[in-house]
Amino acid sequence: MDFRLTEEQEMMKRMAHDFSANEIAPFASEWDHNHIYPQDCLDKMQELGFMAIGVPAEYGGPGLDHVTQNIVAEEICWGDAGVGTIMVASSLLATDPIHVAANEEQKKEWFGRIVDGELGAFCLTEPGAGSDAAGISTRCTKVGDEYILNGSKQFISNGGTAGMYTVLATLDKKMGTKGMCCFMVDRNTPGITVGKVEDKLGIRTSNTTEVIFEDVKVPAKNLIGKEGQGFYIIMKTLDISRASIAAMATGVAQRCLDESLAYSKLRTQFGKPISSFQAIQFKLADMAMRVQASRLLYYEASSLQDMDVPRFSKAASLAKAFAGDAAMLNAIEAVQVFGGYGYTREYPVEKLMRDAKIFQIYEGTGEVQRLVIAGDLLRG
Amino acid sequence: MKVLVCVKQTFDTEAKIELKDGKISDAGINLIINPYDEVAVEGGIQLKEKGIAKEVVVVSAGSDKAMDAIRTALAMGADRGILVKQDTAADEYARACALAEVIKGESPDIVLAGHVAADDGSSQVPTRIAEILGFPHVNVITAVEIAGGKATCTSEADGGTQVTEVSLPAVISSQVSWNEPRYPSMKGIMAAKKKPVSTVDAAAVANKVAIVSVALPPSKQAGIKIEDEPAVVGAKLADWMLNTVKVEVK
Repeated sequence: MDFRLTEEQEMMKRMAHDFSANEIAPFASEWDHNHIYPQDCLDKMQELGFMAIGVPAEYGGPGLDHVTQNIVAEEICWGDAGVGTIMVASSLLATDPIHVAANEEQKKEWFGRIVDGELGAFCLTEPGAGSDAAGISTRCTKVGDEYILNGSKQFISNGGTAGMYTVLATLDKKMGTKGMCCFMVDRNTPGITVGKVEDKLGIRTSNTTEVIFEDVKVPAKNLIGKEGQGFYIIMKTLDISRASIAAMATGVAQRCLDESLAYSKLRTQFGKPISSFQAIQFKLADMAMRVQASRLLYYEASSLQDMDVPRFSKAASLAKAFAGDAAMLNAIEAVQVFGGYGYTREYPVEKLMRDAKIFQIYEGTGEVQRLVIAGDLLRG
Repeated sequence: MKVLVCVKQTFDTEAKIELKDGKISDAGINLIINPYDEVAVEGGIQLKEKGIAKEVVVVSAGSDKAMDAIRTALAMGADRGILVKQDTAADEYARACALAEVIKGESPDIVLAGHVAADDGSSQVPTRIAEILGFPHVNVITAVEIAGGKATCTSEADGGTQVTEVSLPAVISSQVSWNEPRYPSMKGIMAAKKKPVSTVDAAAVANKVAIVSVALPPSKQAGIKIEDEPAVVGAKLADWMLNTVKVEVK
């Protein structure tokens, strides 16, 4: 067993970290507090290839393996989890169904649009269907060589900024998972409206909205896979993206540790830096353990994907649930290390605490991950 | 036109320097491409993008670790690399001789380098290379125009700027304010592995400088604090400077 990264993975990690430290982290507080969408930063990321990290080289992307994609996601979230969310929601989550089931022509078109700088958005969640992904009500009806889409999607990352939507709909709710279909939909198709923009606790640099489909005519050639394959495509996509979310959470957990470590060496009480007190040292050590364990879990899950091991769901769920909790715990402890100052907006850790919470919620809550893990254990 | 850029692998500028057995220890130190050389690499790539240079070759002398600096330059956009394997204890003279030997074989039109390395700060190697090869040398440049076999360089001078015109081939060393080095793009990083890097052994040249000992600067002493009325503080400070620090007044 060799835990070292390859030369390219090292370079990619270093470059992503440098970018995050110079172009994201110094501005993230201002963007967060003033609800600024970081378009200039995203333009730079587009130029360097970040916004197409999920696109293979043959379709114009950088052609990274899953381990490298997720290393990049970790480093960007170290700078700001909202910017990381914009990137991952587009170039991994909305793009993964294309990997899973798209034909050659579809790959050329939709990967191509991502490479050209368009954002994608993954439209699965609905007001009445969150953890119960099979319970969606957005309908698709085939008429001639088109499908007509009707329904509304909730909490869609990049909902208001995307140029293309990956949409889950059902032919008939009574058919359950067998009726589900996955479509690629152009944002400019008549009948699509962007609804309420969510005013969120954290990841405030990212755009989260409702997306409403009213008699939206989608060409039949935009159906990914076959009718009824939607559920399989989505489950597979979520399995893949779970490790990415774990990586993102690891970035936040690492940032909490870095901030706490630096502050504890500077802050003096009773005539000594607070880092000389065991109470603080134990917190730092616990934070470091959680970071390292999160990282190794997501490396393993990503590496299983790269090796094309058919069942990596459990590894991905272990990583996602653990890293989500690790980010939250580290953020709480970071605020504690900073004390009263940590509770103010002048210091970066209150934002980390607000950002961290999302990793226990989106892309399958911590509870759903535990169900996946337990299910696997009990199947034996 | 061929541009050759000399790069050095140095300690991270934020690294904490420690001595072990009378030598600077590199244990646990993060190595980076010398930031001044990174500016030279960017300058070379920009000459290529402007259509002035056809090829950008990056050369580094040192241990195998210097390969990282070469790969970084290739990821930024340089075309190929040469690693000149040399003992890391080589002094500036031996280093310049080794690099000059390789440069002679490559016969570039322009040799670029950072004007100084962030680690030892000796600021000698580019000048020595120019001297050995008989090339003109312009130092600390902040802009360069290439036309008609000549380089017109703008460089920093006391109280202003100086414009120097030299015929090519020439050695041109950069000041950091010349440009803003780019981040290597993801495609650049993926492509870097496929770009050719050759390895040669350094010419056997003995050092001219023998290092007798290495010491860290003395740690900063605690200052003094004078608290009183402004006029009294001034008098006390003057007294302290004259009688304790013994500042010479001329």
